[in-house]
This record gives sequence, C-alpha cells and structure tokens, in this order.
Amino acid sequence: MIDGGDNSSIIRMFHVHKHYGSKKALINATLDIHRNEFVFICGPSGAGKTTLLKLLYLGDKVSAGQIIVDGINLSRIPRKRIPFLRRKFGIIFQDYKLISTKTVFENIALVLEVTRNTRRFIEKKVKSVLRTVGMEGRINAYPPSLSGGEQQRVAVARAVVGDPKVILADEPTGNLDAESSHIIFDFLNQFYNRGATVVIATHDLNLVRKTKKSVIHLNQGQIVA
Amino acid sequence: MTSLFYKRAIEGILENKFLQGVTILTFALSILIVCAYLLFFINANDFMNSWEKGIRIMAYFGSDQHQEELENVKRKIQKMPGVQSVRFISKEEALNRMKEKLKTQASLLMDLKENPLPDAFEVKIIAASQRIGKIENLATQIKAIPSVDEVEYGRRWLNRFSNVLALFRLTGYALGGLFFMATVFIVANTIRLALYSKREEIEIMRLIGATDRFIKIPFYIEGLIQGALGGLIGLSLLFIPFKWIATNIEHSFSSALFPIRFFPLEVFLGIIICSMFVGWLGCYLSLKQFLEV
Ligand SMILES: Nc1ncnc2c1ncn2[C@@H]1O[C@H](COP(=O)(O)OP(=O)(O)OP(=O)(O)O)[C@@H](O)[C@H]1O
Ligand SMILES: [Mg+2]
Repeated sequence: MIDGGDNSSIIRMFHVHKHYGSKKALINATLDIHRNEFVFICGPSGAGKTTLLKLLYLGDKVSAGQIIVDGINLSRIPRKRIPFLRRKFGIIFQDYKLISTKTVFENIALVLEVTRNTRRFIEKKVKSVLRTVGMEGRINAYPPSLSGGEQQRVAVARAVVGDPKVILADEPTGNLDAESSHIIFDFLNQFYNRGATVVIATHDLNLVRKTKKSVIHLNQGQIVA
Repeated sequence: MTSLFYKRAIEGILENKFLQGVTILTFALSILIVCAYLLFFINANDFMNSWEKGIRIMAYFGSDQHQEELENVKRKIQKMPGVQSVRFISKEEALNRMKEKLKTQASLLMDLKENPLPDAFEVKIIAASQRIGKIENLATQIKAIPSVDEVEYGRRWLNRFSNVLALFRLTGYALGGLFFMATVFIVANTIRLALYSKREEIEIMRLIGATDRFIKIPFYIEGLIQGALGGLIGLSLLFIPFKWIATNIEHSFSSALFPIRFFPLEVFLGIIICSMFVGWLGCYLSLKQFLEV
C-alpha cells in the first residue's frame, strides 16, 4: 500500500483520474512535488489545472488513484480531519471566493479566527499582509466594490496570512497587469524563500518563462512531458 | 475567542431582522398560550387543594334528638379515623349564622314562625385525610348512623371539579406537545433559511479550514437567544392580562378564597430554559440536515 514514506515530498499523486460524468477532467496524473519547491502547472483553458488543485484540498474526490499530502493519504482521511488538511494550504481560488457580506479585513481575519488566534495578533497580522499587497487603503471595503485585480490581491493576502505550508494559486495574476503580476509573483516567491511550497496554475507562459521555475504541463487532462 | 461566536450570532440575528422577528414572535406566542394554560391549571389546582382543605362534613339530624343520643353519636364520629374534631351546631346557631351571611336580606328570615333548620354536627377532618376519596369514605360511615338523616360535603362539586382538572391536564399535555413541535419546526426553518442564505459563506469557511463546530456554534447561540427572548416576551405578554384578571378577582372575592399567583421563580426560569431548549433543538435539526452531507 502507498503511504507517505518519502518525506522529501509534500504532494504526491499516483495515477489519479477525475471525471465529471463522461467528461474526463484529469487522466492518469502522477506527480511529485517536493517540500519547498516552486512549481507551475501550465496548460490551456480546460486542461484540468483547477481540477488538479481541487483534488489536493479535497474540494472534490478522485475518481481513481491516490493522493498523499504531507504524509496523509487523502482517501483515508476521516471527515473530521479535513479542516486540518485544508489549514496546511493557503489557496488563491480562480474565482477568489471572497465573502461578499464581509469586509476585506473580516475576510482575511477569518483564516486566523478559525485557528483561534487572539484579536490583537489578528489585527496586526491582517494589516501587515494587506500592506504588502497594497490593499491597506481598502481594509473596510466589501469585495463587490473592488475591481477584479483588487479582489485578486485580497485573495492573495488571505491565502498567505496563516503562513501555510503550501500555497496553491489558481491564476493568481489572471486579472493583473504585468507590473502587478510581478509584484504578486515576488510576494509568493518570498514565501518560497522562507520555506513554503508554492504551486501556481496558470496559462501565462510569459511569467513562467521569465521565472525559470519547474513546470508541469497539462493538456486535456493529461500531464505532458 | 468565544466573544467572536457571540458577535457572529448577533450579526446573524441582525442580518435578517424580519425573519428573526417572526421567529421570536412565534416563540413568544407559543410560550404565551402554553403558559396561560399552565397558569390557569396551577391556580385551579391550588384552588382545589385549598377547597379540599377547608372541607367539613355536616351531619344533619332528621328530628330533634335527646342529649344522650347526641353524645352517643358524637363519640361514634370521634372514633372514626381521619376525624379531627366534632362540634355540635344547634339549629338556633345555624339560623343565626345564616342571618349573618345574608345580612341585608336577613329580614326574609324574620317572618319564619319556626326554625326550619335541623341540628347538626360539624366534622373537621385531619390534614392527612383531606383527599376526596377519604372524605367520601368518612361521609358514608357517618351517614350509616341511624339518627343521622343527611350528610353534606359538596361532593358533586368536588368530583366535577377534579374531573374537569384531569381533562385540563390532558389537553394541556396535548397543547404543550403541539406547540413544542410547531416551534421547533419554525425555528428549524428559520435557521435553515439563514443557512441557505449563507451557504456561500459557509462553503468558503470550510475551504479555509473551519471545523463544523466553528461554523455551527454561532447558529446554536442564535437559537438559544431566540428561545430566551421569545420566552421572556411571551411571559411578559402573559403577565399583563394576568395582573388585570387577578386584581379584578381580588376585588370581587376575598383574596383568601381565591389566592391567585403568577409562576414562582423556579417555574419562570424553567420555562425560559425550556424555550431555549426548543431553540437549540430547532437549530440542531436543521444543522444536522444542512451540514452533514
Ligand atoms: N464540476 C464540474 N462538472 C463538470 N465538468 C467539470 C467540472 N469541473 C471541471 N469540469 C470540466 O473539466 C475540465 C477541466 O476543467 P478545469 O477547471 O480543471 O480547467 P482549467 O485548466 O482550470 O481551465 P481554465 O484555465 O479555464 O481555468 C473542463 O472541461 C471542465 O469543463
Ligand atoms: Mg481553472
């Protein structure tokens, strides 16, 4: 049986399949992401990038195959432990998934409230993260009143505020101009430098080429080369 | 950290004031109806008890008896179990008593040529025997004495009253059960609607690692607050007409005859706790359905 024996890997996929009805979103994906690796998942629209990330945080279940995250076999994790699996990740969702009835501050603070931090710590941490993504001026704004790029930056702030082991970023620069993209990329790179694992799904090949990080290519649900 | 849960619960209540208002009002009305019933029942029961306590058996003689026979009968009655004291009431005394009671209409009795009332014994009963069954038993024994013509102790009245009370008790249970279920259902529904309107938020909270507990607690607090508020409002609404009725009754009757009371503190708190339990239960049911998918 497969287990998390290899301690240098934080994410391992073995022959993972995912289909939605007859649609095959992911076919026989096997990959290995090391601790403190910075990796891009690249591919055209519909290639299965979002699907792959989703399976990692159990946003969906595999149709077949096995996934191991930080030594935990996801097919054997009890329901009660799922929240703790998810706390290993800081996730930037492609559609941001910000709570529209909560302010920017509250959205980000929620991550730290879930893990029972003190009010004072939360306040300090959230403000400092918002400063680094350049959103400190909109701290009390509600997400629907923000532009796409601003929402994206809030989503980035929320993903990193809890100092996660792994950052999963789904098109984190999709709505940003070249300059902002680089700011976000540099920002994520700082977390990589401090020991986090960073996984970015994107079709922005320019960014990928410039940064010279390892790349996993996806096409029509399959990993190529 | 717990203050965070309260904050979220109160935000939840304020977010949808109308729905919350309707739920709390439903709570209040259910509490009002069930408690009005309970209050009536408690007081009727009190009344019944005090009535039983005040009860005396009157043993009337058909014709005038010799002193000897009177002594004889008195001794016999005194020996019966449950008897506290026996007092002779002559027909003259009885007539005077009656005149006193009638006061202004006493002139009606003036025209009587001869006293129509019989001599009687008034039998008081010891506290332990003041139960309707025992009283009945004793009355039958006294009536069996040959010279005693008639006994009287308001049996019919007592019997009927205790039967009515039993019926009230039954309907009270049914009514309580019905409102209990209706309120649980309505609370469950409010929470379900709240959950539904917050489903996106809840989904996001789960994605960032919130446990079910973290998500559920504010809803439970919300349910408990609804229950407590509803209970308090319901009891306050009940107190107003109660006060009115009580004052009116005390004006028209002597308060010793009709001692009317509101719920004692323990019962009052018990009702609020029950109401909060209903809120909790409604919450539990809808959360179970909604979150454990
Ligand atoms: N919940 C779903 N139900 C049905 N089909 C789905 C579902 N999620 C994804 N798919 C399908 O699976 C395929 C892969 O989707 P996915 O979202 O992973 O692509 P992607 O690589 O993220 O694309 P993009 O770059 O446009 O975000 C698509 O064809 C999509 O239609
Ligand atoms: Mg996608």
